[in-house]
Amino acid sequence: MDLKDKLVASFMAFEGGVDLDHPVHEIRSEAMKVFEAQGFPEKRDEEWKYTSLKALLQNDFSVFPKQNDCLDYKNVKQYFLHEIDTYKIVFVDGAYSSFLSETTHQGIDVCLMSAALSKPKYLPMIEEYFNKIAPKDESLTALNTAFSKEGAFIYIPKNVAADKPVEIIHFATGNEAAVMLQPRSMIVVDQGAELQILERHRSLTSNAVLTNSVTEIYAQANAQVDYYKVQNDNLTASLIDNTYIAQGRDSQVSVHTFSFGGKLTRNNLHFYQKGENANSILKGVTIIGEKQHVDHHTLVHHGVPNCESHQDYKGIFDESATGVFNGKIMVQDIAQKTNAFQQNNNILLSDKATINTKPQLEIFADDVKCSHGCTIGQLDQDALFYLQSRGIPQKEAKALLLYAFANNVLESVQIPLVKQRINRIIAQKLGVQIGFDL
Amino acid sequence: MLSIKNLHARVADKEILQGINLEIKAGEVHAIMGPNGAGKSTLASVIAGKEEFEVTQGSIELDGEDLGELAPEERAHKGVFLSFQYPVEIPGVTVTNFMKSAINETRKAQGLSEMPANEMLQQIKEKSALLEIDRKFLSRSLNEGFSGGEKKRNEIFQMAMLNPKIAILDETDSGLDIDALRIVANGVNKLKGPHNATLVITHYQRLLDYIVPDYVHVLWNGKIVKSGGPELALELEEKGYDWIKQETTA
Repeated sequence: MDLKDKLVASFMAFEGGVDLDHPVHEIRSEAMKVFEAQGFPEKRDEEWKYTSLKALLQNDFSVFPKQNDCLDYKNVKQYFLHEIDTYKIVFVDGAYSSFLSETTHQGIDVCLMSAALSKPKYLPMIEEYFNKIAPKDESLTALNTAFSKEGAFIYIPKNVAADKPVEIIHFATGNEAAVMLQPRSMIVVDQGAELQILERHRSLTSNAVLTNSVTEIYAQANAQVDYYKVQNDNLTASLIDNTYIAQGRDSQVSVHTFSFGGKLTRNNLHFYQKGENANSILKGVTIIGEKQHVDHHTLVHHGVPNCESHQDYKGIFDESATGVFNGKIMVQDIAQKTNAFQQNNNILLSDKATINTKPQLEIFADDVKCSHGCTIGQLDQDALFYLQSRGIPQKEAKALLLYAFANNVLESVQIPLVKQRINRIIAQKLGVQIGFDL
Repeated sequence: MLSIKNLHARVADKEILQGINLEIKAGEVHAIMGPNGAGKSTLASVIAGKEEFEVTQGSIELDGEDLGELAPEERAHKGVFLSFQYPVEIPGVTVTNFMKSAINETRKAQGLSEMPANEMLQQIKEKSALLEIDRKFLSRSLNEGFSGGEKKRNEIFQMAMLNPKIAILDETDSGLDIDALRIVANGVNKLKGPHNATLVITHYQRLLDYIVPDYVHVLWNGKIVKSGGPELALELEEKGYDWIKQETTA
């Protein structure tokens, strides 16, 4: 049985474990129909031209992973921002780990999707937001919706700034040969509220892991959301990340995506601007080698006037790594005075590395500022000579230049510890041996 | 100290240096002047070892040692320093961290251990004062968003820190206002000593009012066509380069 059939067949078993009378179940059933009709995307789909799931789907993934709660904190401490105080929502093989987590209901809700789906007090919020911004016709998102049950649920009420960042961490332990995980998260940041989030997916095994994650984020008027995705996983772990963001008036949402490894990573990051003066910031650093694959598909939908968006993605590809950047900017006719900026710069370090980069601008308004640029190149020889002429050996000089190239994107990182951690990972990935303080 | 004999160099198929001869002794300041396109910057780059240029004939020796086969960093380790006309911006690497790396890599190559932190700090303090560099400046990313004057001061600060045998200043005066020019020149003059030498490359005589050369050479069409004392620079300032061209072709 192929994976699609297996998933379709599993849906009935899944229904045995959820409340069929809950309004969300109707949404799940509809979504299942969409997935059943469409199946997994194939290379003939324009949006998947350069990213093939075919080989990955050959694995016999277990779709209801066995639970494993014997994860010891000291063995996974390194994956947490343990030097600072944070809220933590931690999942192990798809199940919530209360032992590793630190949630709250005091003033703000930092808790679980399963709780939001089962407790009556959250019903109005579920009815207002659940699956409202996620596209209904996208098969992988529909698949996640069909099996939506667990993930992070965060609500920050009006004019409240979350007192510390929230970490959302998904561990896979490999107690089965191949496992498929489908976390479903929802984050609502109400008017004038503020939130910082760090999300990571980490496999602790060499067994195959496929994560198909969906996160919906609602930033209401004047809200500030700062989201960091750290994708630095095992060579046997693959991630399809679908993040959908709706922004109200005067809100600012920034998403930084740090893609440093994994077998296959696909980021579908969509911003929908619904209120004037919204600002969307999308930044990414990709540094991969071997046969790794990272695909960034971004969409910024400018649906109202006077909004801004800034995209800046840098990629460094070594060995046989492949990258994709597809940046779509849609400016509706009503969205006058839009200011949309997009930049994608790439460096290929090997003859076998590949990047496919494509800006896609669809502009229906006449009074807008939209700029885009993409470059694919090698290192700047003049810069290299400059460093060497100061006594820095060529190998270190190259590493330093790559570091400088990627580092540019980090300026906008608001959590100093995150910046420091990412800096170190970048230096380590690029083999910067020079012992200066990062 | 620096001995250049019959140096020919080309980039792609274009021969730019066509037989340069130059002897610079310890303690001396030499200036190379010449019109645009004469090969001044090429000469500076070739001495520092830029790989883009191919040396087809001749030799460059530093204290009797042939530099010809050495990589740019190895030349730096031996005591060659080039102050760039257009210093490169390196975001994310602070001036201080960059200097630490450069000094410690050089010390490593010379078989020395890393410079102790307190000594490094002391050096940075002294040399930045020499160039009137603000402490805040040292924690900024190297050359990123620096003004023209800041870039050049930073170049001479690096030179002061690295303490080279032969310092080559490539168009150091370009983009400098008169105050910055004075600070930079003052720095260079204070670093002069009996055991090092300076090669100033410039289009204009202005810089030579502040850094007074012992010898002035005129480079034209890839060759040194005339040499003299500091008065030659003044003559060039007054008459331009045409009379030299006529004299040479005559």
